[in-house]
Amino acid sequence: MIDFGYTVHKERLIDYDKNDKRVLEHLKQHEPSVLTCIACGSCTATCSAGQFVDFNIRLVQTLLRRGEIEPLKKEMQKCMLCGKCILVCPRGVNMRNMILAIQTAIDKLK
Amino acid sequence: MTKTTVIIGGGVAGMTAASRLANLGDKVILLEREEEIGGHLRNWDRLFPNRRPGYEVLDDLRTNLSNQVDIRCNQTVASITSQPSGFHMELESGEILDCDVLLLATGFDLFDARKKEEYGYGIYNNVITSADLEMMFRSGQPITTSQGEVPSRVGFVHCVGSRDEKVGNLYCSKVCCVTGVKQAIEIKEQFPDSKIFGFYMDLRMYDRHFEEMYYEAQQKWDINFLRGRVSECAENQDQTIILKIEDTLTSRPLRMTVDLLVLLVGFVPKPETLRLANLLGIKIGEDRFLESLDEHTRFNHTIKPGIFVAGTAKGPLTISKTIADAGEAALQIHNYLKTIK
Amino acid sequence: MIIEGKKRIWQDYQKEIADDRYFYVRSCIRQNFFPGSEKAFLRIMQEELKKDVYENAAHTTCSGIGYHSDVVPFDTAMTVIARQFSLMTESGYENFVTSCITSFGLYSEVLETWKHFPDVLKKVRGYLKEATGREFELPRNVAHASDVIFRFRKEITARGIRRLVDHKTGKPLRVVEHIGCHYSKMFPSKGVGGAEYPYVLVGMIEEWGGEVVDYPERRHCCGFGFRQYLVRANRGYSLANSKKKFESMKPYKPDFILTNCPGCPMFLDRWQYTLSEMEGTTYGENGEGIPVLTYEELAGLILGYDPWDLGLQVHQVPVEPLLNKIGIPYNTSKKFLGKDGQDLGKPDAPSVLKFF
Repeated sequence: MIDFGYTVHKERLIDYDKNDKRVLEHLKQHEPSVLTCIACGSCTATCSAGQFVDFNIRLVQTLLRRGEIEPLKKEMQKCMLCGKCILVCPRGVNMRNMILAIQTAIDKLK
Repeated sequence: MTKTTVIIGGGVAGMTAASRLANLGDKVILLEREEEIGGHLRNWDRLFPNRRPGYEVLDDLRTNLSNQVDIRCNQTVASITSQPSGFHMELESGEILDCDVLLLATGFDLFDARKKEEYGYGIYNNVITSADLEMMFRSGQPITTSQGEVPSRVGFVHCVGSRDEKVGNLYCSKVCCVTGVKQAIEIKEQFPDSKIFGFYMDLRMYDRHFEEMYYEAQQKWDINFLRGRVSECAENQDQTIILKIEDTLTSRPLRMTVDLLVLLVGFVPKPETLRLANLLGIKIGEDRFLESLDEHTRFNHTIKPGIFVAGTAKGPLTISKTIADAGEAALQIHNYLKTIK
Repeated sequence: MIIEGKKRIWQDYQKEIADDRYFYVRSCIRQNFFPGSEKAFLRIMQEELKKDVYENAAHTTCSGIGYHSDVVPFDTAMTVIARQFSLMTESGYENFVTSCITSFGLYSEVLETWKHFPDVLKKVRGYLKEATGREFELPRNVAHASDVIFRFRKEITARGIRRLVDHKTGKPLRVVEHIGCHYSKMFPSKGVGGAEYPYVLVGMIEEWGGEVVDYPERRHCCGFGFRQYLVRANRGYSLANSKKKFESMKPYKPDFILTNCPGCPMFLDRWQYTLSEMEGTTYGENGEGIPVLTYEELAGLILGYDPWDLGLQVHQVPVEPLLNKIGIPYNTSKKFLGKDGQDLGKPDAPSVLKFF
């Protein structure tokens, strides 16, 4: 192999066909309220952790649905389970349980 | 001499206005260019928001048309001139018609999806429009891919031909978002194992029961709404369609394959409406739909006395709103008829 | 695929291409990478079709390469182009033909600018006069050399002795066509067939007997584009774009790729070698690459010109498998001989791509 002085950039797109949907399927059974999320961002706006740490719970929802497991694992660790998001969600998504259910699903994947 | 109103257009608006005017004792002639009246409603299977059969509404409209209404199909207006008292028309059949009042109820056309070249309508077999899908529902034939298989993944593309500078239609067509959600539910009902996706910029669920339908689509039917506009479609070797979308919520491009892609096409003004408007000197808006005399207080009047307009010739409307609008137009006409000698 | 759908779109995007008396301007870089191509164009146009194609010895680059790398400001580019038009006017021509696609894009862009902003045109006339004392007229017609070959594709068939058909099986060859971004993406109406389903190369392939392959990444840029790859550290980004195309076209097993830009065949050809050395992958069959041709090389092959006269020996992906499929004879011992038969030496063989 020759080193020409550069490497080939990896694709950064979300390959939906190939992504692992098992975590989402687990959530559909154990916390189906996640299905009604409309990504309005009320949760992220009020989030305690998100004020000081690079954490976005709306993004957690979206990554979950796209099957982007690796970024999901990293992102959801930052939630403090304070519950402020649940107070403001217009669709009634139970995000505390969502976080716990995601963790269970990820543990099951191993 | 009894005053005559000629209604050009035998769709929902035309039929409603005709029956209202006849009930009020006014003389009406209803001109329709096609072989039968009913307009686009003949092609819809089930109507939002409650998914009731379209033919029920069509039957109701037909029943209301008393035999006092002179219905003339296969008629097109070749020329119209304004007279001191009324209007003089020459039809393409050669017939001459004189009347006191004109009601333009010429309706709309659906956007020709072939203009969005990047979606491949008319080129890729598995790309169809919402109108095609509604005809498939209407005909009772099973929904299949072009290879005759049950679709396991169906995508709906919102805003095709609307809100799009590239095709010259900046306006929103109003009814496509709710149609997309309705059709998504209808497909999922037929094929519970399928995965349905809606690709949208905004979800315009503005009327009563619409937002609840969106909630039901997500919660009961597990329909996925992905915020991002489809930029290109391509065909795989197995005729499935591969899509390029931005997943705006994660700010990353996304690629996925669907078996069937449904384009939610919007309204465009009918060329016939524009032709008549030019003949009559009626104002046309920048969006090429007809302009009323006043947006709030004279919604069915035009700048020319004696010329009224009803229905989607003025812009996108739902069926229930078209019926209400046409009813109002009929009342305005009835009142106007009392004032002229 | 419903081909009628594509045909309707092609009908919508027709453009006027002059049929004689061309003022030809060369590409900065094509002769390095594809030495036979421009010569082949002149040979076909002047000797075969007896057309008047004139080159002025004083013509220069259009400065597109500098403009697109942000080192030449737009005013300078416009003035350089104005000078090219001045040479055209002075030589008595009105039909402008460019060899390079970026040139074509830049000339189109400049002419559009002058059409919508006549005060800018006036300003540029001032610049040119001040700098060189020259005056100019606008060309009546600007076309790309591939448009001209497209226009005369039937005449080439009439004189041709080869078809794009596997001479053993009789099956049409499967061809991937790739247009340069600057051909029609900026101004779809200036490209034959528009931007979505461009027809200029499809027309040639169909006329000469081949079958066009439509694959998902058909529209994607090859990754050329000056700014991206001029700096070595950025080249991986350029390379990734070509790789995306190769990955997408590989399952369709194309026999060759046809392009109409100077940069695209250079990238699509060279990057196959680079990727094979960096990652070990090849995109053709049996460890071969997918040969890449320019439209002049292809027209030359159809007309029966010798492959080595066309410069095919300097392609990094060997064209021999394609020549074998079409049934074009070639003399391997003459492959690396110069014009007067002098021995130019042999290049080293790549470690992964099959070499001939």
